[in-house]
Amino acid sequence: MIYQKIQITLLVPILIGISGCASLGVEPWERDLLAKKEMSLNADPIDVALDDHIYFSKEASSGGKGFGGGGCGCN
Amino acid sequence: MKTEKINIKAALTIATAALLGTNNLAQAESSTTASAEENTWEFDSAFLFYSEVDRVSAGEAIFNAKKIFDNEEVLNLKLTVDALTGASANGAVSQPTVQTFTRPSGSGQYEIAPGDTPLDDTFHDTRVQFNGQWTQPIAPDYIASGGVHISKEYDYLSLGVNGNIAIDFDRKNSTFSAGFSYFQDTFTPEGGIPKPFASMLIGNSNDPSWDEDFAKTRIGSEDDKSTADILLGFTQVINRRMLMKFNYSYSMVNDYLTDPFKILSVVDSDGAAQDYIYESRPDSRIKQSIYTQSLYHFDTSVLDVSYRYMWDDWEITSHTIDSRFRIPLGDSFGTESYLQPHLRIYQQSAADFYRPFLLENEALPVFASADYRIGEMTAFTVGIKYGMLVNNGHELAFRLEYYRQTPTDAGFNEPGVLKDVELYPTVDAIIAQVTYSF
Repeated sequence: MIYQKIQITLLVPILIGISGCASLGVEPWERDLLAKKEMSLNADPIDVALDDHIYFSKEASSGGKGFGGGGCGCN
Repeated sequence: MKTEKINIKAALTIATAALLGTNNLAQAESSTTASAEENTWEFDSAFLFYSEVDRVSAGEAIFNAKKIFDNEEVLNLKLTVDALTGASANGAVSQPTVQTFTRPSGSGQYEIAPGDTPLDDTFHDTRVQFNGQWTQPIAPDYIASGGVHISKEYDYLSLGVNGNIAIDFDRKNSTFSAGFSYFQDTFTPEGGIPKPFASMLIGNSNDPSWDEDFAKTRIGSEDDKSTADILLGFTQVINRRMLMKFNYSYSMVNDYLTDPFKILSVVDSDGAAQDYIYESRPDSRIKQSIYTQSLYHFDTSVLDVSYRYMWDDWEITSHTIDSRFRIPLGDSFGTESYLQPHLRIYQQSAADFYRPFLLENEALPVFASADYRIGEMTAFTVGIKYGMLVNNGHELAFRLEYYRQTPTDAGFNEPGVLKDVELYPTVDAIIAQVTYSF
């Protein structure tokens, strides 16, 4: 039950995002901040790759941000 | 000095081009000019040291080369090498008496002192991994990507492919993406694959009948594992300062999912270990997750927060919150630099077949594992990264983090002496990393 609530809580912003597209977003000339490297969704890919390997080896979860499968015999 | 630094990049560019067979040495040489032209290689290198208190230590080096071509095609090549050594929990419970275990190879035994968590200190491995990824526009607003993965360690081989397509719309403010990946792994563990729930053979390994008796606890020398993932994503620019990402992933893992090095203690009504048996897990697992990430640009600093909820058919659920806050320091230290605190909080519930130990007078369950990594647990990571610009925009960064895992009791009654020993020890680790991008 609680999981369903969590899923709904997370899905609502997606639906708002889709339905509200008309009012969201920026014009091409307003991308000054978004164009910065630190504003990319994977700003530190090396750190993320190293972290993924650690947490894949030490915990029961993997992936989510990207693919989580396979790769080493560490789990 | 400056010339020498640039020459390292030039040499690597030439070497990479030569390895790829692309006959563009002239172009590579032209990239030695300090101007940041398109069509040059970008390199990231990093070394990470990971060390747990009294347990595993690992060193990992990554070298990543990326080239963006004129027509927005991107080639990314990554080489990872890591080495691991140290002790790992074998799954047995601590006891008030000395315990003796046989090493996974079957040759030799090790003893654990009273009150200590049983750790097998024979773990050591070296792994080499290669990833190649090609990304290119295939039509206006359509970007496709494909990649390969090869990872080899002493007892493990992993081969993988992936593909992804991303579609931009609404002035590139929204992006849908869909991807798949498939991994085929082969595991050839030292000592072979143990028979599920077979008793660990303990005794004199010099005995003439030892090898034959040990072989009776094995069912083969290798086994396979396959992983197929589907990943759907949606990215939305909210406004000039904010960006959001939503992912859904579905992952099917099949075949050998057991850890051949893990055992369970079988205890009597006083909690005293009577036997150690090899664990057994189901041969399939379906994992799903939803992931959301948000980036917000304040006046100068940037906040990156993500949340992942994962659930699977082993009844494991987990919550992960990961956040980074990048604070630019300007050039107050003589060069442009930034500070980036990191906080990660993780919580998972136990797999339905997780058992910290088994009771002697109980019937064996269908599956059982005492691996704390699929038990109930919370964990957190706190860290700080300091990055600075050096030489023509090259970046040097240092990261130091502290990671603590706190396994917790999911409600198992502890008989007799097990009440007096530590069944759920915490694991503390330090992560230190140096990154140089040029």
